[in-house]
Amino acid sequence: MFGYHLRLALESFKRTPGLTLLMLCAIAVGISTCIVTLTVYEGTSNDPIRWKSGQLYAVTIDSWDPNEAANPKRPNLAPTQLAYKDAKYLLSSVIPTRKAAMFRTQDVISGGGAADAQPVPIATRVTGADFFPMFDVPFLYGAPWPAQLDEGAEPVIVISRELNEKLFGGANSVGRTVRWNNRDFRINGVLNTWFPLPKFFDLNRGAFDALEDAYVPFGWAAALGRFPNGGRVACWRNDPIGSFQQFLQSDCVWLQMWVQLKDAASRQRMQAFLDAYWSDQHRSGRFGRPQNNRLTDVRQWLIDQEVVDNDNRMLVGVAFAFLAICLLNTVGMLLAKFLKSAPGAGIRRALGATRAQIFWHYLTEAALLAAGGAALGLLLAAFGLQGVHALYAWGSIGPGGYQELTHVRWGSVLWALTLALIAALGAGFYPAWRLARLPPATYLKSDQ
Amino acid sequence: MLRMSRLTKTYRTDHVETRALYDFSLEVKAGEFVAVTGPSGSGKSTFLNIAGLLENFDSGSYELDGLDVSRLADDDRSLLRNAKIGFIFQSFNLLPDLSVYDNIDVPLRYRRMKVAERRERIDKVLELVGLAGRKRHIPAQLSGGQQQRAAIARALVGEPAFLLADEPTGNLDSTMAAEVLALLEEINAAGTTIVLVTHDPQLSRRATRNLHIVDGQIVSAGLPTTPSAPRADLA
Repeated sequence: MFGYHLRLALESFKRTPGLTLLMLCAIAVGISTCIVTLTVYEGTSNDPIRWKSGQLYAVTIDSWDPNEAANPKRPNLAPTQLAYKDAKYLLSSVIPTRKAAMFRTQDVISGGGAADAQPVPIATRVTGADFFPMFDVPFLYGAPWPAQLDEGAEPVIVISRELNEKLFGGANSVGRTVRWNNRDFRINGVLNTWFPLPKFFDLNRGAFDALEDAYVPFGWAAALGRFPNGGRVACWRNDPIGSFQQFLQSDCVWLQMWVQLKDAASRQRMQAFLDAYWSDQHRSGRFGRPQNNRLTDVRQWLIDQEVVDNDNRMLVGVAFAFLAICLLNTVGMLLAKFLKSAPGAGIRRALGATRAQIFWHYLTEAALLAAGGAALGLLLAAFGLQGVHALYAWGSIGPGGYQELTHVRWGSVLWALTLALIAALGAGFYPAWRLARLPPATYLKSDQ
Repeated sequence: MLRMSRLTKTYRTDHVETRALYDFSLEVKAGEFVAVTGPSGSGKSTFLNIAGLLENFDSGSYELDGLDVSRLADDDRSLLRNAKIGFIFQSFNLLPDLSVYDNIDVPLRYRRMKVAERRERIDKVLELVGLAGRKRHIPAQLSGGQQQRAAIARALVGEPAFLLADEPTGNLDSTMAAEVLALLEEINAAGTTIVLVTHDPQLSRRATRNLHIVDGQIVSAGLPTTPSAPRADLA
């Protein structure tokens, strides 16, 4: 019977192409809006490292102005970054399984290609060797540099897969030399595809900022001898900073720090270590604000930093409300169409169709419409996400950022199918049920 | 074949109660050709709907081919209707978007019959009603008489025990009406029981038995006044 109902549905669509197109568009627009919104929401609310997010902690100390909180809207939170001297001291702790301070810079790189190849502007993350195993960063070739190279200004570099594609056409470039900011660096590793979303370890440029194209040891933070130019630097003192060395010793915060703590006891010991450091500094005249040293796990970090804000949630609500309006309109149009064909249903009943057969006949039509709407909606969503992609795809060679939010995923396809099913049930169930319940005799006298 | 005993059917709205059938008893034997006549509003259509299992009645009993249908569930009534009853309507009630072939196919589809058997039966009834050459036409491409013949083919294709016809010639001119009536007589002669509702006394004379309904009750029953005499206007 399904094949028969399918054929009748297709013939019915052929008879009313305008109305069918209108209903298809109503469902498609509603579904595509939901998919785009949900895809972006899914990306924003994602725990990017859920398998170990309970072991990873952002380290913060409230080193800000004694008279004013770093974030006046949320005075209970410490600044999200550390000053260089604080980060250096905290890195000396042996409590964490892994630890890394880090910041982002804007640089140029060349090498690999023709001799006259132009330098390429890139973003670099200056960090420790632990960064890679701590965040489970996958390697295509090579490995992180040895941890003992973190302290000095060692010319070793890890590059992203995309940068490797650009410079070396994707070949194994480990051991090759690139020129990074006018210095020769030996490539120690090439990352495989990796896009943690949100970019939880550094939210300063937004939760969906593009990932860096290269990584160099933390020793370069001081060795570069230049002010950080690619991240966020915040200072609360008005004291003039005349030199880079003064900057390193200042209370300006510009470094993110993360530690991996294997259990609750380690966490407790790390917290005690932080508190002890705070007390020492407090006694020496720094840290004028109340003690607020935090080890914040990834989930809480994303909540504290409002990565998923209320606007996003509201947008999802609005998208669903919009879908409901689209479906209600479709229900209205379907009801009108189905009731117009009530005499036909009466004839079929007279010829022996059961209520269930009439119901499935019309529900098949509604389901087919919904499936078509879902397919069209998926197409529209792909265009919509492409639009979001185009809106945000600038500047970076590497993956990540808002662009990654805009990939149609299997999850989204599943969403589309689920929504299509809801659409079919929502838009078709009632009209089909109404028609199946109509007394057949009522319509048998009337002409078609 | 069909036995109704003391049937009553009343239609109710908020303020009005209309008695359509009252103490209605009737027996139709296999092979009969019965004409039911009566003025408008006499209960003819209600009788036809109840006989065709399209409506329920309030009280009394109804046996169709030996089966008491009083307590049948809606689905069972549909299955019985599909298996035992063929309908012919005044306004043909063909599905306008389907071809003649597909219209005739409808009752067989609901019987879940195999394609080959459906095709065989449809071709057979199309031959019988003389529409074999028009099976791909849609109803709008046929004359009124051809449409009614298509409707008769659809009623016959399931090989029903009896045909219920509601003013089958009401929308036809005299020539086409004569053709359709001749076809019905031929079908009846082949053994199919026919119950025909009409308010045309001339038409009822062609039946083997006449029933006259007034105010929901049979007021007279018997042989046609001029049995088998062809109507002058149909001749």
